[in-house]
Amino acid sequence: MADTLIPGISADLRPELGDTIFEGFGPQGVVDDENLITLNLGPQHPSTHGVFRLIMQLQGETVVSAIPVMGYLHRSTEKLGEARTYVQGTVLTDRMDYLSPITSNWAYALAIERLTGLVVPERAEFLRVITGELSRIQSHLIAIGTFGMDVGTYGTPLLYALRERETVLDLLALPTGVRMNPSYIRYGGVARDAPPEFFPQLDRFLRIFPSKIDEYEAILTDNEVFRNRTIGVGMIPPEVARAYSVTGPILRASGIDYDVRRAEPYSIYDRFDWDVPVRYNGDCFDRYMMRVLEMRQSTRILQQALDSIPEGDIRAKLPKVLKPPKGEAYARIEGPKGEIGFYLVSDGTANPYRYNVRPPSFVNLTCLSQIAVGHKLADAVVILGSFDIVMGEVDR
Amino acid sequence: MTFVEWYTQADFWLAVGKPIHDWLVGLGVPGWLVSLVYVAIGAAAILGIITVGVIIAIWAERRFIARLQDRLGPNRVGKFGLLQSVADALKLLAKEIIRPEQADAFLHFLAPMLILGASLMTWAIIPWGPGLHVTDLNVGVLYLLAFGAIPALGVTIAGWGSTNKYSLFGGMRAVVQYVSYEVPGAIVLIVPVLLARSMSLQDIVQAQSGPLWNWFFFQPTFFIGPLPIPIPIVGIVAFVYYIIAGLAETNRTPFDHVEADSELTGGFTTEYSGMQFALFFLAEYANSIAVGLLASTLFLGGYHTGLGDAFDNLIWPLLPGVLVTKAALIFLVFVWVRGTLPRFRYDQLMQFAWKRMLPVSLALVTLSALFASLSSLLGPIVRLAPGIR
Repeated sequence: MADTLIPGISADLRPELGDTIFEGFGPQGVVDDENLITLNLGPQHPSTHGVFRLIMQLQGETVVSAIPVMGYLHRSTEKLGEARTYVQGTVLTDRMDYLSPITSNWAYALAIERLTGLVVPERAEFLRVITGELSRIQSHLIAIGTFGMDVGTYGTPLLYALRERETVLDLLALPTGVRMNPSYIRYGGVARDAPPEFFPQLDRFLRIFPSKIDEYEAILTDNEVFRNRTIGVGMIPPEVARAYSVTGPILRASGIDYDVRRAEPYSIYDRFDWDVPVRYNGDCFDRYMMRVLEMRQSTRILQQALDSIPEGDIRAKLPKVLKPPKGEAYARIEGPKGEIGFYLVSDGTANPYRYNVRPPSFVNLTCLSQIAVGHKLADAVVILGSFDIVMGEVDR
Repeated sequence: MTFVEWYTQADFWLAVGKPIHDWLVGLGVPGWLVSLVYVAIGAAAILGIITVGVIIAIWAERRFIARLQDRLGPNRVGKFGLLQSVADALKLLAKEIIRPEQADAFLHFLAPMLILGASLMTWAIIPWGPGLHVTDLNVGVLYLLAFGAIPALGVTIAGWGSTNKYSLFGGMRAVVQYVSYEVPGAIVLIVPVLLARSMSLQDIVQAQSGPLWNWFFFQPTFFIGPLPIPIPIVGIVAFVYYIIAGLAETNRTPFDHVEADSELTGGFTTEYSGMQFALFFLAEYANSIAVGLLASTLFLGGYHTGLGDAFDNLIWPLLPGVLVTKAALIFLVFVWVRGTLPRFRYDQLMQFAWKRMLPVSLALVTLSALFASLSSLLGPIVRLAPGIR
């Protein structure tokens, strides 16, 4: 029987390899107790938000250990980025956080601008803020809607959220030309100017959107069952959040007042009047509320940007082929899911020598196995949903 | 017998069933054979009603929930998409039934039929109109409880027999859920039994005949002279609790832990396909409609319109429609709940059932017993229902 186990390896090698052959490949941190049930959640599962796999050991329905297994969507983006020119690398960033591609474009463009010292024209900065905040709204809408699904609704919050997301996508399609993978923000500016009809449509959207947020709040925030399911569930204490370098709404839900837009102002965020919402319990409900509050703040920023957008160029003077001087640069921005960082090393050629990404979803996800332990199976799904991960970004 | 004489009997059995029975017996057909044929016709009618009812219910649910969610719902197959469920049923009929290799063949095969069988049995005692029922048991409510518990067994068997961890979790949750909700659900059923002083569903409905305030939903109703003052604490709470227990028994949102798609992918139905899955589906919807019918029967006056006996007697051939309307409205409330609420966690469900519902339902029984005895003492001042005099 032993011969059939590992067909590719000859019999005389097998004694040395023994059972240890799969050690190192298999999940780490498994609790050795035969009374536990091992439940393999994913990679194909309705609520793992993509091809994410969670190996859980359960005592009854209580999670004893949760081991995340990632990499099912790995496309070696970073290596591909090194094999492409700087402008081609933008396209790869679209495919990471596909729910909010513009923010990834932005971080990448910012890193290149730091590398080369390009100065972005005024109007382009405004267009960046407008499209960036619209993508943040779009990403948070999906986060809230799918979170509603994870908690067990029949999709009503999701469909409400998708309704507004359609409007946002239509709006974004005016300057970018497409609904998905826009590659809109490029080094030195943006790809295209917004057509004149974009601004009145955006204005109309901003006027109705706050009432739509009230609608989501009516169906989720004030819902007794929803509160029962989320309040006190999956608490991330501030010191744990800090230790795992969690960022974004998840961090601010744990009471740490940190937002890259204010901590290290980039673009023109220091010109607008807006608040960084913070909540202090760090549970699933606060993480949900953070996204609702951030959408309201984004609406404020958008309104101000819309009122004060100047005329002018949308792109700096650029060479045909960009060859940044030798050196390295790290740029980070506040994406909808947390801090998106790009680390680029230039060796003076047209391709980056190193193209490294700090994906917020991936870093945030690392504390899942600690947070989920001790909760019920149903809560583990809710906690995972409250992290708002995008597997395209986690696995890259 | 003139038409007027025939019509004023206002009873399906006296007007239709008994004359045909007597005529057939008069022709020399043995009485047991006629009864057998009657039961067969009743069973066939119930099967037909369930099939058609479930198809309409699924269509209504999908359309209604689509409206709640700002979309259209099925509207392509047939007028207004009415034939969508038929098309789905045909598709499921044509699909292969897959049994996992490791599954327990017998249990995996048994479970869908057990669940469907039990849910069909409940329908046998529903009184559709005066004298119109397949059977009227004098222990009707007990019968309801007995057959209401069997689906739990079926779900557990399905979960165990599938040899799938998700199914197993679904099965385990089913036990927890049914045990938690059977208890307050059963205790709440004592309220109509106490008020009508009978376990027969026909008697319970008859006790609620007459004006609106005779419905058990509006009990206790006090009288100042002829003026009714409904203070319906017992009735409304008992009705709502029965509906909640019904939601839990039929695995509908917010108590759909047994198939919880976001956690267990499909729970006990994960390993079922084709017609076996359709049987689960049919049973689930048959159960949901049955809960609507029974809640109307037990609390909302059954087939009575609530406009007085004279009016009911006038339109008696239409009375089954009254019952169906009430049940349909309750079913739409189920759909509404499904479109709105998230799912409870199953330990919260147990807490809710044991810590909140159980004490309150015990208090309800005490209160209704108190009012029932008061009504016999005080007569016209405190009156509960004409069933109690």
